[in-house]
Order: sequence, then C-alpha cells, then structure tokens
Amino acid sequence: MAEIHLKNLAHSYLPHPAGSADYALKKIDHVWEDGKAYALLGPSGCGKSTLLNIISGLLIPSEGQVLFDGKDVSRLPTEQRHIAQVFQFPVVYDTMTVYDNLAFPLRNRGHDEDVIATRVKDIAQMLELTPDLKKKARGLTADAKQKISLGRGLVRQSVAAILFDEPLTVIDPHLKWMLRMQLKALHKQLNRTMIYVTHDQTEALTFADKVVVMYDGDVVQMGTPQELFERPAHTFVGYFIGSPGMNVLPAHVDGAQAYVEGCNVALGRGYPGISGSNVEIGVRPEFTHLTSGREGLPVTIKRIEDIGRMKIVRADFFGREVNITVPDGQPIPLDANRIVFDPSRINIYCDGWIVNGEAA
Amino acid sequence: MTLALEDVTLVVGNDVHIHQTSLTLVAGTLNVLLGPTLSGKTSLMRLMAGLDRPTTGRVIWNGTDVTGVAVQKRNVAMVYQQFINYPAMSVYDNIASPLRLAGLRKADLDRKVRESAEMMKLTAMLDRKPLELSGGQQQRCALARALVKGADLVLLDEPLANLDYKLREEMRSEIPKIFAESGSIFVYATTEPSEALLLGGKTASLFEGRVTQFDATLEVYRRPLNAVTARVFSDPPMNFVSVAKAGNKLLFGEGQSTAAVGKLASLEDGRYLAGFRPNHLVLECDEGDFLNFSVEVTVSEITGSESFVHVIHGGERWVSLVHEVHEPEIGSNITVHVSPAHLYIFDENENLVAAPEFAAAA
Amino acid sequence: MNKTYNNRAWLMVLPVVILVAFSAVIPLMTVVNYSVQDTFGNNEFYWVGLEWYTEILNSPRFHDALLRQFFFTGVILSIEIPLGIFVALHMPKKGAWASVCLVLMALPLLIPWNVVGTIWQIFGRIDIGLLGATMEAIGVDYNYTQNITDAWLTVVVMDVWHWTSLVALLCYAGLQSIPDAYFQAAKIDGASRWAVFRYIELPKMHRVLLIAFLLRFMDSFMIYTEPFVVTGGGPGNSTTLLSLDLVKMAIGQFDLGPAAAFSIVYFLIILLMSWIFYTAMTNYDKGEQQ
Repeated sequence: MAEIHLKNLAHSYLPHPAGSADYALKKIDHVWEDGKAYALLGPSGCGKSTLLNIISGLLIPSEGQVLFDGKDVSRLPTEQRHIAQVFQFPVVYDTMTVYDNLAFPLRNRGHDEDVIATRVKDIAQMLELTPDLKKKARGLTADAKQKISLGRGLVRQSVAAILFDEPLTVIDPHLKWMLRMQLKALHKQLNRTMIYVTHDQTEALTFADKVVVMYDGDVVQMGTPQELFERPAHTFVGYFIGSPGMNVLPAHVDGAQAYVEGCNVALGRGYPGISGSNVEIGVRPEFTHLTSGREGLPVTIKRIEDIGRMKIVRADFFGREVNITVPDGQPIPLDANRIVFDPSRINIYCDGWIVNGEAA
Repeated sequence: MTLALEDVTLVVGNDVHIHQTSLTLVAGTLNVLLGPTLSGKTSLMRLMAGLDRPTTGRVIWNGTDVTGVAVQKRNVAMVYQQFINYPAMSVYDNIASPLRLAGLRKADLDRKVRESAEMMKLTAMLDRKPLELSGGQQQRCALARALVKGADLVLLDEPLANLDYKLREEMRSEIPKIFAESGSIFVYATTEPSEALLLGGKTASLFEGRVTQFDATLEVYRRPLNAVTARVFSDPPMNFVSVAKAGNKLLFGEGQSTAAVGKLASLEDGRYLAGFRPNHLVLECDEGDFLNFSVEVTVSEITGSESFVHVIHGGERWVSLVHEVHEPEIGSNITVHVSPAHLYIFDENENLVAAPEFAAAA
Repeated sequence: MNKTYNNRAWLMVLPVVILVAFSAVIPLMTVVNYSVQDTFGNNEFYWVGLEWYTEILNSPRFHDALLRQFFFTGVILSIEIPLGIFVALHMPKKGAWASVCLVLMALPLLIPWNVVGTIWQIFGRIDIGLLGATMEAIGVDYNYTQNITDAWLTVVVMDVWHWTSLVALLCYAGLQSIPDAYFQAAKIDGASRWAVFRYIELPKMHRVLLIAFLLRFMDSFMIYTEPFVVTGGGPGNSTTLLSLDLVKMAIGQFDLGPAAAFSIVYFLIILLMSWIFYTAMTNYDKGEQQ
C-alpha cells in the first residue's frame, strides 16, 4: 500500500512542446492518500489514460515525477512498481484454471505452494470464485474473468495500488451492479489504494472516495462525489456530472442578486465586485422547481420525459434549454410556466470557474 | 405499414435462439428490444431484417408474406454497435451511398444528403473522412446513412453502446426527435433499462429467447406482467421478498404483516413473491403504514445527490436508492421501510397478480 | 450459423465446381482407371483388379521410400516449426525494421522450387560452390553427390532455408494479434519470458501453428523438385523420397499401372495423415475449452 504523489507531473507526446495545447497532460501536483479509492473521470481524449499509463509505468512522463511512498518510480518499469491492473477487456491466461491464474503472480515470485494455496483460497472466497477454482479460465463469463484479473492483483500483499481501466465496459448492466458493489465492498474491507479510470459518471461517483474530473489534459476538479455534485468548480464539471447536467445561464451579478435575461434571482450568498461579461449562474435540475406564480423565470415546457423513478422536464427559457427533474409521485402543475431555484444551491461562475461568495 | 412476426422460432443446431414469438410493429413507432446479452435481441432483429429465415413461423410485411425474401429485396437499414462507415469515402459520400445505389437524380440526392446531415449535425463535417471524426460523429454518420434511404424498417443494434456516457445521454434525447420526423418502423436493441425509458415508445422485454412482455415502455415498466420482466426492466435491480397471504393479512415473516386491502383482498391464501423498486425502499419514513425490515448493510455507493445502500435481508440482496448522502456502517444492522402501496405481487408462477396503485394511475 | 436460402448462390459456385472437376476430379479418376488395368501401349488394356496395389504395398522399394519420406518430413517439421516460432518471437513488432524483416523473410518464398534446387546444387559444389569450396578449403570432407549424410544434410538444410519463413510469418501474424494488455498483465504478474511464451503466446498462436503444421506436412510429404535438382535421389537411392520414386516408376520405367496405384496410395496416406493431425489438434483445442 502506498501514498501516490504526482509531483509537478506533465506529459507531452511531442519532443519539444511549445504551448499548453501540446500537452496531453498539463501540469498537476497531487498527493493521493494511501488506501483511498480514486476515480479519473472525463470524456475520451481528456488525458485520463495518459495519466494512468504514467502511473502504471507504460509511459515515462516528460516532466515531473511519480512517487510511491516518497520513492521516485517515474522511470521504473511496470514490473518493479508493485502495481496491479484490471483492463478494459478481460485478460486471463486461457489455458490455466482459475486457481492457477490466481496463483500465477505468487508462483512467479517463488512463494511456497502452501502459502499460495491459503492466499488463493482467501481471495477466491472474497471474490466468490471458490466454485470455479478448478475450471479453465477461458470458458467463464466476462464478469468472472474480470474478477480473476482483480484477484491476480489482490493475492499479492505487497501491491502498492490497483489500477482499473474502464473494467465494466463489457459487462451487462445487471452484472455491472453486482461487480461494482463487490468492488466497493472489497475496497472498504481491504483499504488498498485503487485508481479507477472511466468515462461513466455513475461508476466513478459510486466507486471513489475522491473523483478527479479531467478535461482537455487538465484536472478541473478533485473532490468527493458530494462536492462535485453540490459545488462543481467549473461549468464543465456541472455539465459532465449529473444526468441531466447542471443548468447554466448567463447572468449579471450584483451583490446577493443575479439578473438573468432581466429577471431577478435571489442568491444565497453575496458576490461583491463581480464584473466581466462572462458571468453565469449554475443550478442543478434537482434544485430547480416548476411553479405557476409570478415569481421566478418564465419558461415554456417543451417535453416531459418519464423515466420511471423521476420525470425530466425539458423547458425553454429565452431559447436556452433548462432541465427540471421531478421525483416520481410528485405532480407537475398543469399551468407551470415559471421556474425557481433553491437560493442556497445556486453557484456563480466567472469565465467558467466557480466564484466563492460571502455569507449574505 | 406493419411488420408482423407470426409464431416465429429460430433454432440453430440444438440451441433454441428464439422461442415461439409473435410481435406486430406499426409504422412511425419506436420499438425497444430490452434484454441482457444473449437474450435474443440480435437474433430477433436478424429475423425482422430477413438476414435469417425463421425455423418456423412467418414474417408478414403489410399483409404480404415475406418469409424467406432476401434482405436485399426489402427496404431495410441497419446500424450496429461498431461504427461502420466506408473509411475511404467522405461523410457526404457515405450518406449519399444508398441513394446512389437507388439511382437518384443528382439534385434530389444532394438535397436529401444535406437534409439528413443537418438533422444529425454533420453539415460542417461533410468533406471529412469518417476516421477523422469522433466516435459520436462517426455513429451519427452511420445513422444518417441509415435514415437517408427512407427505409421502411430501421434496425439499431445497441448503437450507443460504444460511446462515452455523456455523449450517449445526449444522443438518447435526440434520437426520439429524429424518429418522430420519419414514418418508418424503428427497432432499437439495448441492454440498459434507463435507455429504454429515455427513448420511450414501446418496449419488448426479452429473456432467454422469449419476449416476456410487449407494450408501451412506461406500461411495461409500471406493470411488468411477470417477475422476469420486472428483473429485466429494473436498474438498479428490483428487490424481492416472499410473502404469505392468510385471511385478510399479508405475512412477511419477522412478525411483519399488513392488511390485504384493495386488489390484494381478493387473492387466494397461499405463498406469493413481493417485489419493489429500490427507490421505494427507504431508510427513514414518516408515520404511517410501512413494512419494516431488519437488514445487514453490505456497502453504500454515493453519487453525490443519491446513495445506493446495498443490504442483505434473509440471504436476499436488496438495494435502496435514496436522496442525499447516506452511509450506514458496513456490517451494521439497520431497519429499512417499504410502503405496502409500492408492492408488486407475483404468484408462484411469477405472474403479476397485483400492481401498486400508482401504476394504474399512470 | 446463418443459413443461406438463396438458391442463386449455387449458380455462382458452378464455375468453380466445373473448374475443380476438370482440374482435379477427372485426372484423379483417370489415375484410378490406370491403377486397375495393365497396358502394353497401343491402347490395349487388361483388367487386373487390385493386383498393382498388392504389389506396391508389398514392395520393399516402396517401403524404403515411404520410410525415407517419414524420416525427412519428421526431421524438417521438428526443425522448421520450433525455428519458425523462435524467429517470429524475435522479429521486431513495429517500425521500419519490421517491414525490412518481413521482406527478407518473404524472399525465399518467392523463389521457384527448381531455382532453389539449382541455387543449392551450385552452392554446395566443391569446385565452384561457395559452401562446398569453403568446406573443402577448411578441410571438412563434404560431398553431397557421394556421401549419404552430406546429401541428406544438404536437402534438409535447403528445405529449412526455403520454408522456415512461411512458419515464421504465420506465427508472426498470430503474435501480432495478441492485445498489448496481455503482455502488460504478464509483466505486472512478474511472469518470466518462458511463462509469457507458454501461457500467452503459445495458446494465442496455436491456431496458426495448426495451419503451419498442416501446410508444412503436406508440402514436405510431396516434395519433388528440389531433391530432384540437387541430388536426383542419390547417391544410390538414399534421397529418393516418395514422389521421386513415383516419377522414376512412371516416366523412367513407364510402369503406368503400378505408378497409378502408387499415386493413389500416396494420395491416401497424405489425406489420412492430414486428417489425423487436424482431428488431434482440434480435439485438443476443444478439451482446452472445457
């Protein structure tokens, strides 16, 4: 187990990067705590795979260092880093039994067969693979194979971190639930440092203690799922996390009041001295409510999507789409023509980045 | 226009891929085939397209028997999970290719290509090659090519499965709009319940080669006619508990009982299976008629706005989906609650005998 | 898996069926016809039944040639297959060198059989051949026209030179199709080079190896041109493999009947052996899957 320090880390695939656009991974300096679960979340091409490859040793960073418990491993090859990895597509040794697959990393390191047997049985028990131990690995289902991949990492006690590269891609939704839950439970039980790369917000949020949101080579925000949901540091995080994403509207802010298309919106906090043309307010659909009074912003309801446990109302506000979610069982007023926000849930953004207000 | 499958089956070797199935699809509708991998979604689509001939049964197109008519002679378009485009052609030529085959006049062709590119937001990329585009754009190009041809039947086999989560979410809300504008029959296969709900239309739930229910999507969701459908169409999975009806009471073990009112009153005494959705299993409840179950916490997953609390009740895994952050200690015993009003009751053959009242209202 | 029900498809196959009929079936039937008759020329034929078959199967000459053939095929398979795998494992996987290697490896395969024979015949000559003359100069007694071992060595080395590339290229293609994740996983698991080969590369290559093995078996069992050009089956009959023997019988002695029976037996042996290998290897494959 190890603490991972990404020290002034940056990477460019070009030999002589000129501007920041040439960097696949822009400069970061983070310390990831020992025993925690981290998720790297972002769209394709955001640099999350580059970062994972640097940590696993597939790539040598062009700038900065990776430290495991203070020891520089930036230039060490994968096999000397004491890491384990679960890949997007299941990687198992086809010709071996499940038992031999799990025993493989230990046998390669010259452990005694009886030590191996205890370890393998423990891990198989944890992963619920015990009944399959004698079967050939290749005949198993994709989720069982992914568990074997994970098991090969877990049998080694000296593993510094376990990396996951979109491990649920080929798993059916019903089994995804099971596997994800088992993974989470295992992490709680073993407290190993885990790093999980995905583009799927549900996977990232449910798995990780801390989610690292990446966009265009930059880490836009690192925080707990709750922080990302309640106070997205950038409008991109607001859009990327949550389904549907945050409503973002251009506004003019004056103290504890915002003006959106001329309409007055009360804010929970004061924002003195915000100027500039690029000011926006961001409110989650969960904190946006439909009303029919004279209060709030005038909208026209375009469409209502009933997705079972809630309804998504798609409304139009001066040519912009605003989404409102209504929990199942709660009626939608027939004459709804306005929306109001929870004042305490409104975030203010300047040039895309969040502005911290003062208590009003 | 209708496409009807009449008692079709598909048997390959000793494996039954499709059990006897009858389905009627109407023009201008979006029909979702929902089921796990290998449940027969693709097999069913291939039968509809004419790529495979059913082992028994007939395929009827507008009243004409087309069983065994080759796919080339039917006006069918198909989009796959993989982004399939002609790599050497520009996006424009890709979209134009089915029209060129049909021998359309140049002016008409140009107009149609541009229209469908506009609809798919590809106008700016018409001169590029597919491989220069992002995954979402590549799949939109494939969709445009399928739509431009004005096919009577458009089959989409998990078209968004290879796209990023957020992109998928956006395309899901666009797709029904696009479909509404054409008059074709659309068939859309997916493994994800949430996708079916977002697409709306009608849903056929599939399990092990059988269509377990076919109706309006929300109707299937709200009133699954059997436990299999309820399992297929629930994400997170539905929770189940066995229950006994005796006299005017429903007994849940642990001394839990509730009055059998409404529809439940008329059930015969005996054993039943009760199902309820994760969002109806709550950690805290107001006063009122609630069933209380003592459970052991396995783990909690927190999305920021909601929590999935996984628990075990008498060896059965349950999950509770609640708002806000809740993280009870792993291994601890807690009490969870469900309102009897939210129970689905299935008989011993797992057929629905009573649905919650809200289902009837919807 | 997918059943075809387009009857016109058969029409499309028809030209090939006709072609195969003329190029394979009809000549084969002619041979069958010859093998059960005797002739003294003048188009006079006498029915002899299975007499020629009995004669061939009991002839020591055929037995010797068959043994030599098995020995030859066994030797070259046990050299070419491991050597081919070894070469494939050490070829660069990408970059300019990969292309250079591929071209170099393909070169021997592009040379016609009789030219290969001629090259080696000259190469090994002790008066003007580079190999022969060098051997002579350093005092090694080497002469493939006189010495049986030298003749065998020359023929085997020539075949290995000619055909190892094929095995190597097939294996190379098999290796290229293994996703990188497997090698990365093996590194993480601390696997040795041998373990990577045994548990990743070999299992993933075994389908192409089956093809390589079958191709090399059939080809080497039918080898004719190269030994004919180099040794002509000599010295004595020491390198007279089955096909050489057959030609001697048919053309040299004009024994058409026995030669035809010989051909049929020869053909059946190859068919039988190929079937045995194929079944054995695919069964192994099925066993692995359980």
